[in-house]
Amino acid sequence: MSTEAQPRQAVKSGNPKGNKDANKEVGQDRKATTQGRVATLLVAPSLLLLAIVILYPVINAIIMSFQKDSGLDPATGLFVAGGFAGVSNYSHWILQQCSVAGASISCPPGTLGSQFWTAFGTTFFFTAVTVVLETIIGFWMAIIMARAFRGRSLLRASVLVPWAIPTAVTAKLWFFIFAFQGIANQLFGTSILWTGSEWPARWAIIIADVWKTTPFMALLILAGLQIIPEQVYEAARVDGASAWQRFTQITLPLVKPALMVAILFRTLDALRMYDLPAIMTGGSNNTTTLSILVVDQIRQGFNSAAALSTITFIVIFLVAFIFVRFLGANAVESTNPGGKEKEK
Amino acid sequence: MRKTKRLTPIAVLGVLALSLAACGGGGSGGSSGAAAGGDAGNNLDGRGPITYVQGKDNSNVVRPLVDKWNAAHPDQKVTFKEQSDQADQQHDDLVKNFQAKNVNYDVVDVDVVWTAEFAAKSWLQPLKDKMSIDTSKMLPATVKTATYNGTLYAAPQTSDGGILYYRKDLVPTPPKTWDEMMSMCSIAKAKNMGCYAGQFAKYEGLTVNAAEAINTAGGTIVGPDGKPTVNTDQAKAGLNNLVKAYKDGNIPKEAITFQEEQGRQAFEAGKLLFLRNWPYVYNLAKTDGSSKVKSTFGIAPLPGMTADKPGASSLGGHNLAVSVYSKNKATAKDFLTFMTSEETEKFYATQGSLAPVLTALYDDAALVKQLPYLPVLKTALQNAVPRPVTPFYPAVTKAIQDNAYAAMQGQKPVDQALSDMQSAIQAAGSQ
Repeated sequence: MSTEAQPRQAVKSGNPKGNKDANKEVGQDRKATTQGRVATLLVAPSLLLLAIVILYPVINAIIMSFQKDSGLDPATGLFVAGGFAGVSNYSHWILQQCSVAGASISCPPGTLGSQFWTAFGTTFFFTAVTVVLETIIGFWMAIIMARAFRGRSLLRASVLVPWAIPTAVTAKLWFFIFAFQGIANQLFGTSILWTGSEWPARWAIIIADVWKTTPFMALLILAGLQIIPEQVYEAARVDGASAWQRFTQITLPLVKPALMVAILFRTLDALRMYDLPAIMTGGSNNTTTLSILVVDQIRQGFNSAAALSTITFIVIFLVAFIFVRFLGANAVESTNPGGKEKEK
Repeated sequence: MRKTKRLTPIAVLGVLALSLAACGGGGSGGSSGAAAGGDAGNNLDGRGPITYVQGKDNSNVVRPLVDKWNAAHPDQKVTFKEQSDQADQQHDDLVKNFQAKNVNYDVVDVDVVWTAEFAAKSWLQPLKDKMSIDTSKMLPATVKTATYNGTLYAAPQTSDGGILYYRKDLVPTPPKTWDEMMSMCSIAKAKNMGCYAGQFAKYEGLTVNAAEAINTAGGTIVGPDGKPTVNTDQAKAGLNNLVKAYKDGNIPKEAITFQEEQGRQAFEAGKLLFLRNWPYVYNLAKTDGSSKVKSTFGIAPLPGMTADKPGASSLGGHNLAVSVYSKNKATAKDFLTFMTSEETEKFYATQGSLAPVLTALYDDAALVKQLPYLPVLKTALQNAVPRPVTPFYPAVTKAIQDNAYAAMQGQKPVDQALSDMQSAIQAAGSQ
């Protein structure tokens, strides 16, 4: 795209900067114009597709989130359209306000509205713990996989197996493992109610998630490790750097771009966690994540669910933004360092 | 700046596409019942081919019936559309097609707890006047599940109720009351087994069990007007039975993770003295290779508060309804009558072990011989109370589950749980 942009600029020969390209011949200009048009036509389908697939649902959800859910007409007992809601759907979640007989009260326990901040906390708790564990274990696995030894490709392939299993299947597997009569309790001779009390339920989900997604993390980090040239390590060794120094001074800084992208992906993934808690605990014992809350709300009213998913969307967007802007996760910016200058 | 200009045509195109799409989306997303009022009066005499929609036909009972109907009605053929076997997916599929006013969803099979919601959305044809059907031979509780606001919206098709499984080798006569059952728990303790279990994990099963406890004690969850009525002494006594039994250990602590299957497995393994479950367990416990209780278990109605009145079972099962958007409602009504006829119901019972809704069939000697649990189930269903009939069922069941679960775990006292349940149901109804 940016290569296309250069000739196109020339067409605007009257621009105040007095671009030196303005002295180009007419035929060149026309050619450039045609090229620009062709380029526009060529990218139009994909832009349109993106608009339909990404932009439309987002905007439609935002529009819906300002509509009231249909309520009962007390006279007929039938549903009537809710009309414009203002921001009441948002205040329902964020301030946990429920309306009862026209008055706003704090949502009583047992309503979805009362669970927003708990679900919010749970989601971030799961995200923080699983991503940290997965990064550490994944790094360790990646370092092992990066070494040259017999059967390396076999190991790499087998490490991927947990990740290749659909999450719903994984969840069901762990559900049986953590059942009261399940393998986990039999193996350790314990009688823990894994899915029936708060902290064991959380750890059960964390264990299942780490088991499932660490290979993904390991593979992304492995890709980062493999672009570090062996010579750098050799030079460091010659200079007398210890193994720890080589790790912190060479491996970590050089693998950082890949690592940040891996962490970004996992974080965004973990923030929308649904299958594991939904199947393993059904969201009981404070394991309800924001996504579970959205799905539960969909069955009770689309518009309020739209508000909740918009909130979730904004939260995830902010997290991604912080990652990209401040922590330097280079997943979306152009890899060409000169790219920014050219745009000016 | 330049970049913006270059993208303008695309942006315009995009916005255009969006606004178009938004119009389409808004129409279906915001649809509600009121607009459909006229559909209920249309096509009442329409005859012709129709479609019957139901979840996965696991025991292959629907196809033979549809074939039989089609042979007799060559010009009003029924096409069977099979949905997935997941209840949530069936529900969402129906919602989608009703919102789209799909004329090809003529007769639909709805779970008893969805009936009120669909009726309130004006998606179901009221079964009155020309469309009325005979419900006098059906079990009254099943008819209640299909009735919303005093109008019948569906025909009860199959039913289900909870019964008490007990170990007749350890307890010669089954307990008639809850207290009697609790007093027998010392037998279980001596044998080092759990005493009583039902479905207490936090899911629909807990609603069923909590509702049974509350209804048995004479409480109610919602009144006839749909308003919550659960914050009463009777309801408290009912829920307290479960809470206290769990605290005492009469309900083993692992039962808080039990759904139907875990309870059945524990009972079959000889780890439970009493189990509340559905009739499907009967055949499995008799024939499962791993069952240790094949010849040592019996069944009885759920225990009540007093010896003369058995416990109030919750109701499972499905109802048949006609879509208001159907073009051939006369055919649809005939098909409804055919599907709830004695002959069909018998076929359902023998072929699919689905409990009939016709009272007479429970005394049919041939049927009882094949399904020995029928007499007990009849008592259960005669004393049954449907789960709350409300258009806000998903929110109501959540209010019951969350608060009953917290009470059983001892996170809040029963009083608090019931008053929270009351307010949560109230909040659900006035969204």
